[in-house]
Amino acid sequence: MNRYYWILGGFAALVALLAVGLNLNPRDVPSPLVGKPAPAFTLSQLAEPDKSLSPKDMQGKVWLFNVWASWCVSCRQEHPILVEFSKKVDVPLIGLNYKEVRGDGGFDMSKMPADEEKKLAWQRANRWLSEHGNPYKLTVMDLDGRVGIDYGVYGVPETYVIDKSGVIRMKHTGPITPEVLAKRIMPLLAELNK
Amino acid sequence: MKHLFAKLAAILAVCMLLNASPAQASSATEAALAADPVAEKRLTKLSEELRCLVCQNQNIADSNAELAQDLRREIRGMIKEGKSDKEIIDFMVARYGDFVLYRPPVQGNTLLLWLGPIALLVFGLATLIAYQRRRAERVAAEDKPLSADEAGRAEALLKELDNK
Repeated sequence: MNRYYWILGGFAALVALLAVGLNLNPRDVPSPLVGKPAPAFTLSQLAEPDKSLSPKDMQGKVWLFNVWASWCVSCRQEHPILVEFSKKVDVPLIGLNYKEVRGDGGFDMSKMPADEEKKLAWQRANRWLSEHGNPYKLTVMDLDGRVGIDYGVYGVPETYVIDKSGVIRMKHTGPITPEVLAKRIMPLLAELNK
Repeated sequence: MKHLFAKLAAILAVCMLLNASPAQASSATEAALAADPVAEKRLTKLSEELRCLVCQNQNIADSNAELAQDLRREIRGMIKEGKSDKEIIDFMVARYGDFVLYRPPVQGNTLLLWLGPIALLVFGLATLIAYQRRRAERVAAEDKPLSADEAGRAEALLKELDNK
């Protein structure tokens, strides 16, 4: 009889293991960039295309870097939270518009000249922000997604918390929920701004 | 039964079609890249080792996700620049972490993954051997020749049966 308890115990342990495994989020891949300096870039700003921004311009400030696009459905979900955040909290929120035109999937990029892509991207991004509200201090445009690759972006929206010395302190993949904001981001911002 | 097979065959056919179409789509958009067969071969080999993070159970050679296309473009660029395979793999790991590797590296946090199956095999074999030994002992213990007393009783029982 004793040995049947062993088998039953083993089976229960297996079930527990699988239950835990099934409840993990496979999208939640830990970023190797946490603890490393934010990758450098120089990208044009959405509001003023002649001006650019680099992470080093943000040196000395704690800031949030949020990856978004108008074609990104989950971005819509987190957007009101960001708008609310920008009204209440004095931490600069910088947007990275990720592949505004190419990521849409509805355009044949082989037939689109670069200047047309640019025009369309600016148009679409501006329209989206005027429709849904603009929580960003400014947004930079990553048309071909190369900066996204440097930041290990694989599922928009993504959000990075970057500290005063330009080091990435946290990365969140997927839409920011009120819980993530309250439990993870706000405490970290408070600590970094001390 | 026949009906079921027909259904299964249809599902299989659809799956194959679905599988085939992304490859065709990507080969159309990336036609220009096949110009250099040696570089293309390296690209294929490298991208088979790398996981597409969008559709996590595909490598970036098979996947037609946007990101996989972008990453193939990056790899192609790096091959053109004369970067080594290790440099290219390091580039990916620096951005997406070890998870991007289809073959996880042997290191502290993956020891269980690598050694777990071997440990399970050893555990299973040990259990099997121990069980067989115990069984052999039990059989040996029970297989002793009958004592005189037992032989007498067996004889008596058999006789009783014969008399019936």
